[in-house]
Amino acid sequence: MSSQELFDPYILGIFCNWCSYAGADGAGTSRMQRPANFRIIRVMCGGRMDPQFVVNALLNGADGVIISHCHPGDCHYVEGNLKTIRKMPILQLYLKQFGINPKRAKYIFISASEGVQLTEIAKQYVEELRELGPNPIRGGN
Amino acid sequence: MVETEIKLTGRETPKIGVYVCWCGINIGGVVDVPKLCEYSMTLPNVVLASEYKFMCSDIGQNMIMEDIREGKINRVVVASCSPRMHEQTFRRACSDAGLNQFLFEQANIREHCTWVSMNDVPGATKIAQDHIRMAVAKVSVLQPLEVTTVDVEPSCLVVGAGIAGINAALDLGNSGYKVYLVEKNPTVGGHMAQLDKTFPTMDCSSCITTPKMSEVSRNQNIELMTYSEVVSLDGYVGNFQAKIKKKPHYIDQDLCTGCGQCAEVCPVECANEFDLGMKPRKAAYISFPQAVPGQYTIDMDHCIKCGICEEECPTKAIKYNDKPEYVDVKVGTIILATGWDPYDATRMEQYGFGRYPNVIMALQMERLLSSFGPTGGKVKRPSDLKEPESIVFIQCVGSREFTGKGRKYCSRVCCMYATKQARSYKEKHPHARIYIFYIDIRAFGKGYEEFYHDAGMNYGINFIRGRVSELYENENHDLIVRAEDTLLQRQIELKVDMVILSIGLEPQSDIDDIARIFNVTATKTEDGFLMEAHPKLRPVDTLTDGIFVAGTVQGPKDIPDTVAQAKAAASSAATLMAKGQVEIEPYFAKVLDFKCAGCKSCISLCAYKAITFNEYERVAEISEILCKGCGTCVAACPSKAIVQNHFGDAQILPMIKSAIPKELKARGSEN
Repeated sequence: MSSQELFDPYILGIFCNWCSYAGADGAGTSRMQRPANFRIIRVMCGGRMDPQFVVNALLNGADGVIISHCHPGDCHYVEGNLKTIRKMPILQLYLKQFGINPKRAKYIFISASEGVQLTEIAKQYVEELRELGPNPIRGGN
Repeated sequence: MVETEIKLTGRETPKIGVYVCWCGINIGGVVDVPKLCEYSMTLPNVVLASEYKFMCSDIGQNMIMEDIREGKINRVVVASCSPRMHEQTFRRACSDAGLNQFLFEQANIREHCTWVSMNDVPGATKIAQDHIRMAVAKVSVLQPLEVTTVDVEPSCLVVGAGIAGINAALDLGNSGYKVYLVEKNPTVGGHMAQLDKTFPTMDCSSCITTPKMSEVSRNQNIELMTYSEVVSLDGYVGNFQAKIKKKPHYIDQDLCTGCGQCAEVCPVECANEFDLGMKPRKAAYISFPQAVPGQYTIDMDHCIKCGICEEECPTKAIKYNDKPEYVDVKVGTIILATGWDPYDATRMEQYGFGRYPNVIMALQMERLLSSFGPTGGKVKRPSDLKEPESIVFIQCVGSREFTGKGRKYCSRVCCMYATKQARSYKEKHPHARIYIFYIDIRAFGKGYEEFYHDAGMNYGINFIRGRVSELYENENHDLIVRAEDTLLQRQIELKVDMVILSIGLEPQSDIDDIARIFNVTATKTEDGFLMEAHPKLRPVDTLTDGIFVAGTVQGPKDIPDTVAQAKAAASSAATLMAKGQVEIEPYFAKVLDFKCAGCKSCISLCAYKAITFNEYERVAEISEILCKGCGTCVAACPSKAIVQNHFGDAQILPMIKSAIPKELKARGSEN
């Protein structure tokens, strides 16, 4: 594939079971079309998001990682999402220090009914990553 | 069911069977399913890959079960819909065939793939392959687990004592379960008690509500807690602990005989909520004469503590120093039936509600029509108490509104209640001129179309398709209404005595608090109502196990639908309680004590206080009973000493590693 073609970013999503995964299911059920760049892994809670998941995904060649969980105050497990909200900015700082654009790790809130919002964010994120280009630590050719 | 259990330690070489579902054309119409099977065969440890039109059907499940029984496979991947849809189905199939149900993983290639990328076949195919590859990677490292069961307390907390809550409580109470029925107002009955008649049968609303109200207060199994609110909730399905605040009545409810002497002598007058402000009530009050329970309450926001009622009360029931009381109850299930609020018509400024005295909302019209309403059943317009000779109804006030001032949804009841009110008025005033301005008439229920047809044909009610463009009043407070009749394509201007706004149903103003307390916020829909777990197949469940919804808390609906849903919620709650036990997914976290450094950082993170510190061994310990399996501690442990069942690093990291196709792999990674 020549690099002049429209770059197709590879995006890995790690979504909490109760809000965001359900929201993504809802987007599917309502047939909201989004670019085919997302693969979603389900974990039970936003609190389960380990920064190493993001790092691992980036090291393995993902162009962007999207972490999504319930809105603050809505967590199925009381406050797991709040723990992640605190971790993510620090992770982004680290990524920056290692020369990785922090935009490659995005964290969002999607409730079980926000399929529309997810679809909008997804479209936007694909555009953002197209501008950023491929993950610099991606191997291959 | 389980003939021969296949004993697995989890260390056998994985023999994975991949089953790709066509889901009719939902998946098969977008991606090439046989090719996906071929692809699956190239993945490590996959020994067979099959496809079928509907894997969730009996035939599909039997395919899996036979392969398990014949010993061909010891781990299963089904690539189909969301695990939130059919994980349980396939797990049951696995365990029926003797395989541990946790050696199953579902790849979501419908909701997250073919349904969101319907027109991008290569893209969808790539996602499907990636999802299958991730599922295969995960299933290879899954461990057999045992489900734990917990007992279900045979009691139910019903929140809200409108017609939904009352019906649910009665069904459960009559089945022998203990019910705590909590109502925030001093009396039960909800909005239905305010109504005059019900469409389409023109039953007197009070005549069918009040017997239910008194039945609910007398039922041995139902503990009615009026003027009370649930302030907090702990626990989980089968074992909820709710804290209920009983607000002070300032009148001893045991001593009060409901004689009404206190209200008689009370010098303070304030607006009566039950009559929507159209009639005053005293600070010592009862909502309406037939209220259940029949005891009085003092409204401390308005009471001036003059002491007259205290002197007059024959049973000495007045208690100015009454304090709120907190009660803890333990329940196995919960039904939320908190109802709706009327749309605030002042937001539609063009209709002049609140500015023009003779523009009223439909719920006020109900009270005016009601025989125990502010005018004793004679409809009089507020400005001069004249009986109106002409009335305009404006439909869809606050509903089907995409301007941002209202709600986008149809409130489902307004067409019919406007027709009902118009007919009620016409019955008493055959010469009155009545106009109903509508967008569409939605007469969808049993007998509704006939009811509407009759109103136009035999009652002479004018239905005009068109929205009111302008509304203003003259010096006599008569109202001039301008609109376009879009069927005749003609401008109309009418001078009428009264305008009734057919306001829609909104979520309760405190729905956010309710959702938060009951931990069902995640399931709020965009329109603000609570969302059911599945719109077709789980219409009364929430995403939180053991909590059900009934009535308008889930969305606008009429009385028949509300009652049907209440009965469905009661039956769902009863099913759980009758079984007596519920299975809990064993996604617990465990501390590997040889790795734990005793830093205690996990302890403060646990929202369930499930982690304690063993001072003797200097390690953290997790209680399996208290752990809910969120994994927050797992992600946070700096020594990686906490592992989790099913969603541990051991499972997720292989998924991440295999998620990315080989050609995209980074230089430094190990595979």
